Amino acid sequence: MDKLKKMNKTTKSNFITYAMVIVAYIIMQVLVSAGVVSSLMTGLLVPLCIYVMMAVSLNLTVGILGELSLGHAGFMCVGAFSSAVFSVATVDTITSVPLRFFIAIVIGAVAAAVFGVILGIPVLRLRGDYLAIVTLAFGEIVKNFINVVYLGMDGKGFHFSMKDTGSLNLGEGGKVIINGAQGITGTPKNATFTIGIVIILITLFIVLNLIHSRAGRAIMAIRDNRIAAESVGINITKYKLMAFTISASIAGVGGVLYAHNLSTLTALPKNFGYNMSIMILVFVVLGGIGNIRGSIISAVILTLLPELLRGLNDYRMLIYAIVLIVMMLFNWSPRAREFREKYSIKRFLNRKSIEKEEA
Amino acid sequence: MSFISYLINGISLGSIYALIALGYTMVYGIAKMLNFAHGDIIMIGGYTIFVVMNTLGMPPILGVLVAVVVCTILGVTIEKIAYKPLRQASPLAVLITAIGVSYLLQNVALLIFGANTKLFTSVVSIPAISLADGQINLSGETTVTIVVSVVIMVGLMLFIRKSKTGQAMLAVSEDKGAAELMGINVNATIAVTFAIGSALAAIAGALLCSAYPTLTPYTGAMPGIKAFVAAVFGGIGSIPGAFIGGILLGVIENLSKAYISSQMADAIVFAVLIVVLLVKPTGILGKKISEKV
Repeated sequence: MDKLKKMNKTTKSNFITYAMVIVAYIIMQVLVSAGVVSSLMTGLLVPLCIYVMMAVSLNLTVGILGELSLGHAGFMCVGAFSSAVFSVATVDTITSVPLRFFIAIVIGAVAAAVFGVILGIPVLRLRGDYLAIVTLAFGEIVKNFINVVYLGMDGKGFHFSMKDTGSLNLGEGGKVIINGAQGITGTPKNATFTIGIVIILITLFIVLNLIHSRAGRAIMAIRDNRIAAESVGINITKYKLMAFTISASIAGVGGVLYAHNLSTLTALPKNFGYNMSIMILVFVVLGGIGNIRGSIISAVILTLLPELLRGLNDYRMLIYAIVLIVMMLFNWSPRAREFREKYSIKRFLNRKSIEKEEA
Repeated sequence: MSFISYLINGISLGSIYALIALGYTMVYGIAKMLNFAHGDIIMIGGYTIFVVMNTLGMPPILGVLVAVVVCTILGVTIEKIAYKPLRQASPLAVLITAIGVSYLLQNVALLIFGANTKLFTSVVSIPAISLADGQINLSGETTVTIVVSVVIMVGLMLFIRKSKTGQAMLAVSEDKGAAELMGINVNATIAVTFAIGSALAAIAGALLCSAYPTLTPYTGAMPGIKAFVAAVFGGIGSIPGAFIGGILLGVIENLSKAYISSQMADAIVFAVLIVVLLVKPTGILGKKISEKV
């Protein structure tokens, strides 16, 4: 306890975040082993981990870097497909499951990071809302592209086509890995709740340490005042690219988990489309832009809530849209700010203490 | 000869992009914000015409007029409710609000009209024109689209050069504070800009749905984004730039559909955006703005 008191404020705050995740994990494990949780909820555990990771990843871009990415589902898609291709191709050669899954995660992260760099270099040099548009376009293109790709493997190596499986010219014993719009089938189901939690903890460790490091301060300085940051010698493009690439690769790892949680992986608008990117943005906005812990909580609540309130399903996306608008107006419009100052709890408490002192 | 017909169809598609891009570029120039909902106003325009023509059985021209009125009111209302309170907010907050509005429009349309594709009846009733002994066929839609866009473009240029409101718009886009000191009503000017942009979006919606007669709640999203690419390509904030960028983008898209791959056409369009941002971020006709501390 003494040690806890000595910790500085950020360390304490980070500690609370880790503890929250671990406690949630333990509670869930106890509930699952006690048999209280329905099978529907058990099936939601890994997607929950994925959404938490996506929310943390997007919050790094939106909250810390101050740019908007509307293509996080695209990075997820890249991570999912690159790792699934690897896993399906090596399912017979690499028999050790942990090793194969570990390499798959690395591949997914690297593949998404490469696309992050490719998009980031032209766009992050500029001011303005270009990143939102470019990432939005990227997400749509990746999804459409994967639906027309055919990839097969035989003794001679990989075969690639954009027409059909017949034109792959596979040799004997060859197998089709990506089958156009049918996607990838037979991905080993390696992702478990425990692995998901471990990856979340690693992600949090990376992100929280980045934020409070020298690089993280540089990134936030750029967000707050670009010109001032530049004038003290901060390399704008380098740090922006750094934050965006890390964010992209975390999204890629989220995709790896996604791919290894389902036996059939297809790129549909439902899982890797615009709606997915918006949903993650809603997690971030509702949890508080720049607040990592808030993102985790809102991702969990917003994933579980629609499952509990099935009747609202038709209106879910409508509610998301309203959340985005109302949260922004509530935070920024002058009238809402006035209202909040007038009726804030802090002021109410302060006034009481002042009255006490006066008495 | 097929090349020329691809080219003309490209110009026609490009004129639609140009009309949408005009709305983007004007709002961007004056309010310094990316109005994400612009593409969805096109979709609302399309549905309005659909309801007026197919459900109420009115003539097409009335449908277009009603759509223009509806979209103008919608555009101004959105500006007043969602964007006006955020004038002093960070650009990120405004952008997220705009995305929220865009998403709201899409989902309201989804709830009202359903996800099924509606078959749009063309508003154009001009017969096709045959040129060069029938080797080039111009559909009525193509002709009308090109003519309408050129007329609107010239009209808009004259409006901004000659009218008092147009001059006020220029002044606000240069310097909001100084314009206010000169007695210009900045809020009213921004509202007028949104009204013009949304009216153009309604016309673009009519032309787009006539040329590609399928109507879904997501009809406006992709053309909206491409029109933004066109606006950046031509130089964002510049009205002739939006026109040139739109036409060029339409031609590039149609030619790559014809000669490279129809699935990759969208990817090529966005590759153009990335190349433009790398080589000349200010676009073809854009001015370089120096930053002041």
